[in-house]
Amino acid sequence: MLSLKRAKRAGDGDVPVAAGEAPAWGDADDGPVLSLSGIGRTYESGDVEVNALADVHLEVQRGEYVSIVGPSGSGKSTLLNILGLLDRPTSGSYLFEGREVATLDEAARTAVRGRRIGFVFQSFHLLSHRSVVENVSLSMLYTDVPARERAERARAALASVGLEHRADFTPTRLSGGERQRVAIARAIVAEPAVMLADEPTGNLDSRTSESILELFASLREQGLTLVMITHDSSVAARADRSVSIRDGRLTVEEAR
Amino acid sequence: MKPTRLSARDLLSEAVAGLASRPARTLLTVLGTVLGIAALVATVGIAQTAGNRIVGSFSELEATSVVVSNSGGFWSNGAGTPFPEDAEDRLTRLNGVVAAGTLGPVDVGTALASTVVLDDPTGQNEFQVDVYATSPGVYEAVKGTLRTGRWFDAGHEQRADNVVVLGQGVADRLNVHRVDQQPVVFLGDQPFVVMGILSDVSRQPQLLNAVMMPEATARDLYAYTSGDTVQIDVEIGAAELIAEQAPIALGPNDPSVFRVMKPPSPDSLRNQVQNDVNSLFLILGAVSLLVGAIGIANVTLVSVLERVGEIGLRRAVGARRRHIAGQFLLESTAMGVVGGIIGATLGILVIVGLAAARQWTPVLSPLIPLGAPLLGGLTGLVAGVYPALRAASLEPVDALRSGT
Repeated sequence: MLSLKRAKRAGDGDVPVAAGEAPAWGDADDGPVLSLSGIGRTYESGDVEVNALADVHLEVQRGEYVSIVGPSGSGKSTLLNILGLLDRPTSGSYLFEGREVATLDEAARTAVRGRRIGFVFQSFHLLSHRSVVENVSLSMLYTDVPARERAERARAALASVGLEHRADFTPTRLSGGERQRVAIARAIVAEPAVMLADEPTGNLDSRTSESILELFASLREQGLTLVMITHDSSVAARADRSVSIRDGRLTVEEAR
Repeated sequence: MKPTRLSARDLLSEAVAGLASRPARTLLTVLGTVLGIAALVATVGIAQTAGNRIVGSFSELEATSVVVSNSGGFWSNGAGTPFPEDAEDRLTRLNGVVAAGTLGPVDVGTALASTVVLDDPTGQNEFQVDVYATSPGVYEAVKGTLRTGRWFDAGHEQRADNVVVLGQGVADRLNVHRVDQQPVVFLGDQPFVVMGILSDVSRQPQLLNAVMMPEATARDLYAYTSGDTVQIDVEIGAAELIAEQAPIALGPNDPSVFRVMKPPSPDSLRNQVQNDVNSLFLILGAVSLLVGAIGIANVTLVSVLERVGEIGLRRAVGARRRHIAGQFLLESTAMGVVGGIIGATLGILVIVGLAAARQWTPVLSPLIPLGAPLLGGLTGLVAGVYPALRAASLEPVDALRSGT
């Protein structure tokens, strides 16, 4: 299998890369951005083991727009946490841009997360006391981007989601849709390999949801890789491809 | 992949932004530290100021009195070396002497004091009284107050006039209350004109119960040779110096025959007071500083719990555990520094205010206001350790789940 070979190759690359050395896997890599094989996640509560995820296989190609749909409790949040390297699978292999990340230590996973993944959350997670542009800049704070460049890029990202006129507001003065646009700007400003969206329209009314989904579509047109998690199948249908999850298993993988 | 990092400058600006975004809350949080530091600074400052002022405050009377005695002490027999007749002149020439005067008991034999010479079987009108010869300067040197009349001066001394000043007690017994009619008292058969009545003295209280006459008069009438005591009133701070110079001025040939009684050294007194005040209030300051530290720890911990979502977000965008810990630690340290600065300012204001109210000179070691922010920062640092570790130990998944 291709992914196994890749896993082997990536294993060699697990040796920490010296600062300044270009990563062996960048935008030029034409393989899948994400590749899960046999991923399982087990929680222990007392003596009982709960299988939140079992034997999950999923590949997301560069530039693809994938939705993962399932009811609450289906394990989709667990899957998103694993995709976002916020959590560690208990079994299986996870190749991120061709590199095995399931076994990385905390600092290395944080580096991948901070540099290569953008997050959009259902509850926006904006810092209410900081200005919009500061909120967007936050995703470049830990990745060696000089302060001046951070502000410039943040304003450019805000422009691309149509919010440049709100740059100096605090999020408390924005509507829900505008807040989610700020969060999206924050997710894309660092030019991640993939943007993970967790119920991005869950807190929005249908009209605002529509505009957010249109924004997603236009970002996908610009070449952004997108993985969206939702419980709403009509929202999920907006993606190129929709994957259904139930009881911790991906049950349907349908191409569209 | 290169690990994520956070430059010191960014860390600082994040911590400052975290504090500045909630200024009211930050100020309330540092209140405990402010009070602790203010108490410490004010304590040290007040102790230093008061110590500097101690001579002038509650021991001024004592600190400005130098007494020279010519009796050789308990073991010697009778009077020692007489003081020179111009002792007063010699001493007032010394820089730092405000007033000086010699005094000594006069032996009047069995003479009794009375106002009229007559035998009155119904009551006593003759009294045995102490008689002192005093030089004119004694009045000022003992800080005396006259109820009426006046003290004799250099003219009376020169002419050896038969004049006396009565102490309050003697005047009452002799029923002399006014001097405008120039009443006469008799010592035995010898008449004296009463010039004044002494109502109060700050030193040499025995004068209040005595009859005082010029030294020349005593010499003429009673074979008086010399006083046994020189009372000197000195300026504040001059006591040490005058105590050293007075015996030399009085008896250059052999100053050691005079005994000098001087006030306790102001330095040792000051140190003692400073230590007493310091140890008491330093404990107080340390306790309030501890309370302040607990306050910072408490609020920082609450802030960590409140900002769980922010912590999760920061972890999601690449912050490592150490970055989170560093941010909260720096925030609490910065709060401590702010508390230290405000506290030191308040403490200094208290010192200056107190000094102004008492017309003292405020004294404070420059190390105190400089060290206060340092101490505050240390307090904040210690207080922030536990909350920072709590924040760093949060799992990003759990942190993000908690909502905003």
